Amino acid sequence: MIEKTGAATIELVKSKFPDKHVLVRPKAIIECYKEIPCNPCETSCPFDAIYIGSDINQIPRIDFNKCTGCGICAQACPGLAIMVAMIKDGKAYFKIPYELLPLPIVGERWSAANRYGDVLDKPCLIENVKKTKDRTTIVTVSIEQPYLYEFATIGSKL
Amino acid sequence: MIEKELVIIGGGPAGLSAAKVASEAGMKVALFERSFSLGGQLIKQTHKFFGSESQYARVRGIEIADILINETRKHDVEIFLNATVVGLYKDNIITVYQDEKYFKVKAKAIIIATGASEKFLAFENNDLPGIYGAGAVQTLMNIHGVLPGKEVVMVGSGNIGLIVSYQLIQAGVKVKALVEAAGHIGGYLVHASKLRRLGVDIITNTTVKRAVGNGKLERIVTVKLDDKWQEIEGSEEVIECDALCISVGLSPLHQLLSMGNANMLYVNELGGLVPIKTCDYETSIPHVYACGDVTGIEEASSAMVEGKIAGLMAAKHLGFIHPNYDSLEAELNQQLCVLRQGPCGEKIRCGLKKVGEIYD
Repeated sequence: MIEKTGAATIELVKSKFPDKHVLVRPKAIIECYKEIPCNPCETSCPFDAIYIGSDINQIPRIDFNKCTGCGICAQACPGLAIMVAMIKDGKAYFKIPYELLPLPIVGERWSAANRYGDVLDKPCLIENVKKTKDRTTIVTVSIEQPYLYEFATIGSKL
Repeated sequence: MIEKELVIIGGGPAGLSAAKVASEAGMKVALFERSFSLGGQLIKQTHKFFGSESQYARVRGIEIADILINETRKHDVEIFLNATVVGLYKDNIITVYQDEKYFKVKAKAIIIATGASEKFLAFENNDLPGIYGAGAVQTLMNIHGVLPGKEVVMVGSGNIGLIVSYQLIQAGVKVKALVEAAGHIGGYLVHASKLRRLGVDIITNTTVKRAVGNGKLERIVTVKLDDKWQEIEGSEEVIECDALCISVGLSPLHQLLSMGNANMLYVNELGGLVPIKTCDYETSIPHVYACGDVTGIEEASSAMVEGKIAGLMAAKHLGFIHPNYDSLEAELNQQLCVLRQGPCGEKIRCGLKKVGEIYD
């Protein structure tokens, strides 16, 4: 289906997540579903948590024991296909790569969207905005935990 | 007649890479570019590139252009801008058109890195103002800062269609839909997912039937296609839009090579007419080499590697051996192998096999 729609099904998404208890700490979720010649996630990881190998077409594999959720790979991925997820106090926290203007401001409420671009019923809160030199901004948001597997990006300011 | 050691035609990723390596090998290089700036299509690419570090992965295309252009400055490559090469003749002579004048240049070796041009789509009213090729949209938007319209429909889901759609959204344009005639998305899924989560409808098995508008585009009529690419009657739908962007593939700019009577072959997988070449990238014309999209449509990452190989070999055959020749040759060929190894490289591997290059 993803080959037709561009959107990963919830089953595919879940296959990239660790067990929920692991998400008490932030972990990178690598949504790379098709083999393409690309390896910046592997080379950018300071903790050797991501493995692709000499055939850069291989799909990245992540070792959640080594991943610290630093988000460096989320910024490095040319496909904007990596986010960092964490669960805390009944909320899901995400660090997402964001390349649109205007940038959100900490404390704002924004609509949230799933992988099909549908707006979610609940909004998200902008927790942090980290501008970077390479112009992919890393935005941290929180949303109610039931949206853990649904949240994909922020939509517009509410 | 002006005489040059190595002439490179085309200042895109392939030509610039060839210039760098040939200069390092000790050749005096003259590079002819028909545009007002070097960099080719790279200067319109605002996204981060794929590949590995040796092909500048995660660097934005426009920044890769800067890196490559700086290399040519460092090596004193002689650059001719706004200089269109209009003829390739016997004995490695070319005609250049610059500043409303023609002049001839004779070279010891020539590297042809002319790149590709866009394919277009035949449908009713496809000449209405508001209908663009994807390259034109990028030129308008990313070079001149002009929006092509307010509401755009993209045709074609290859990497260019996906990337330009994303750039349109970044520029504040509404992308109403992306239609694709095939049954699946052509380009990288990560690009498609980026669009989808921003709300772009990706509609497969669908093409444009006609454009409608009085003096300018106002709406398009799409039609569904069956598995044999035949229109399904009664499946027409109307989409209101003031711009339509066509991104249905590229074909090699082979004209100089054809004019020079190089041995050519039509290879569908490579995008059209391409030169038969040796493993040293030499065409059937002695000391005329070809690299990049003119030898088959691929990503810029491969074009850069091919350019380096062409530069290395053109120099070698005239007795200029690059100081790192052995390691470079092995490493560059290995890079190409890796880039073409996966499922995305299947088409190019199949095409290259037909012109005698094997990647199995």
